[in-house]
Amino acid sequence: MEDSQYVILKKEKFNDFISALSKMQKLVAPVAKGYKNYAFEEVTSGNEIALKYIPTILPLKKFFMPQRETLLEFKLDKRSSAEAVVEYEPMTIFGAHTCDLAGIQCLNMVFSERPKDYNYLTRKGKITLIGLECNEYCDEYASCHLVHTSFPGGGYDLFFTDLGGYWIVHVNTSSGEKIVSATGSFEKADTTHINELTALRDQKRKIFSNEVPIKTSLITELFDATFSARVWKDLEERCLACGNCTNVCPTCYCFDIKDELDLSLRHGIRFRVWDSCQLEPFSRVSGGINFRKDRSARQRHRYYRKFRYSVDRFSRFFCTGCGRCTRTCMADISLKETLNELIKESEDRVWKKWL
Amino acid sequence: MEKVAIKDSSYRLKKATILQAKKLTANEKFFEIALRDGSALDHEPGQFVMVSLLGVGESAISICSSPGRRESFDLCIRAVGKVTRSLHTLKAGDEINIRGPFGKGFPVRILQGNDLLIIAGGLGIAPLRSLILYVLDNRRDFGKVHILFGCKQPKEMLFQDELGLWSERTDLHYACTVDRADPEWAGNIGVITTLIPGVDIEPSRTFAAVVGPPVMYNFVIKELRKKGIPERQILMALERNMSCGNGKCGHCQIQNLYLCQDGPVFNYEQIKNLSEAF
Repeated sequence: MEDSQYVILKKEKFNDFISALSKMQKLVAPVAKGYKNYAFEEVTSGNEIALKYIPTILPLKKFFMPQRETLLEFKLDKRSSAEAVVEYEPMTIFGAHTCDLAGIQCLNMVFSERPKDYNYLTRKGKITLIGLECNEYCDEYASCHLVHTSFPGGGYDLFFTDLGGYWIVHVNTSSGEKIVSATGSFEKADTTHINELTALRDQKRKIFSNEVPIKTSLITELFDATFSARVWKDLEERCLACGNCTNVCPTCYCFDIKDELDLSLRHGIRFRVWDSCQLEPFSRVSGGINFRKDRSARQRHRYYRKFRYSVDRFSRFFCTGCGRCTRTCMADISLKETLNELIKESEDRVWKKWL
Repeated sequence: MEKVAIKDSSYRLKKATILQAKKLTANEKFFEIALRDGSALDHEPGQFVMVSLLGVGESAISICSSPGRRESFDLCIRAVGKVTRSLHTLKAGDEINIRGPFGKGFPVRILQGNDLLIIAGGLGIAPLRSLILYVLDNRRDFGKVHILFGCKQPKEMLFQDELGLWSERTDLHYACTVDRADPEWAGNIGVITTLIPGVDIEPSRTFAAVVGPPVMYNFVIKELRKKGIPERQILMALERNMSCGNGKCGHCQIQNLYLCQDGPVFNYEQIKNLSEAF
């Protein structure tokens, strides 16, 4: 670890730092919303922030690709006209866990793949990201170690780690550096601080381990072997096809495009809105055929998008292990349980090889 | 919240004018369209465009004219949904908006020097008309050309005038069939697969191009394999719900493929093991 990339922030200066940060541009951070619920919302002082929080109801994607966003504005006159637009709001996000940072890294890959999505990319360019390390598990639903997101892997401008009496902060980008110098709350880190960070990471390695009994490198093989598994039928009987799991997923980005006219019927917009592969009409064509009619096929599609297809397309899992899909499911469908069942079902083929 | 215009947006529309609109059958209407800025659409046979009716929405429609005609292009639109039904109300002179062309079409350069067996079911003739007209524009580049066309009833047969001309040409072999005849019908009766055994082809140098309803593919492919046409020489266009055209929105996804970018045309070898494909 390069010492020069680290600074420290004393705990007593935290509130000053947050106030200063919120004056630079809009600042959002995790805020408590009742029992075991948190949300990223605008804050102006450190007291509002929930520093110890389980993953928020909605992930950070709500800032990068809003639930509803205008793509075109048009006018219907004798000579109609349409203009492609992007809506954005410069902001700083404080307190993003490593799972959520990974989620944004996934979305970055998707939307910068050609043809590029300039709506997403423009917005992304206006957002500063400040990460926050999880020193221990948030709750029993997380599976971040399995998908290699339990430790910081980039994707942030600054990264905060709580080391008891102070924060140690990794400065990753020049916008991170600007915040450090503009707020003036930081001090240089010395070897003692770095050693304490190393000790914390060693301690974390003892706490975090694969939450499902499979080597991460064998997950693609597991999914190759279980496309026709019974598990998918079991899920079909439980799934309510509500789409909650995809709405709260940090890497689910499917959307629908719709037009809307205002009351004058002369002006209108074309907008995109989050959609879900779990909903019945998602893969239906106008002729009436539905290519993923059964809930089993739809649930399977969701899992394969997280663990298999993304490996071919982007060389990484699109599951960030945040556990939101499991926490939010009304039918108690659990990601860890599904993986366990898949492992059980394919025991002969995959599991025994490394046992 | 700030808002700015973006020139590079893939949702930007190209203005176009309808030059000609005519009803082909009870459900399908034909449109000849020219881009306002005078540029060519510059498509490949088998590609599609997103057609916009502002305030109503967008619909993915395959292009049915040859890329050889630069000044305008044709679409054949079946009225099945909100957008397509609204498009049917349009007439010559009306304005529409276009995005595209999108997707991978038929690999026409690879097809050159080979014999072609073109098999269309119903509305599948629309994207294949683009290929057929391209082949006729460049007839010398191809070997023997067979066209087989099937539809449910004679009155649903699209492009009837052109089909008549094709059947009279000596440089191609054309045959058609209907599932159910009406009293005036004098031709073949039966599903499209009944026409395949009778076609005289040299399988090793024949490429088949198949477009039709999903139910047709399995049966047609079985017949083509019986004929001995290699898997990678069987080309097919798949149908899915297309919404963004950019490989993002997820509606057209089959496993790790996005049809709007990776397809809609594939060879059979690429997709034969793809569950959910057809």
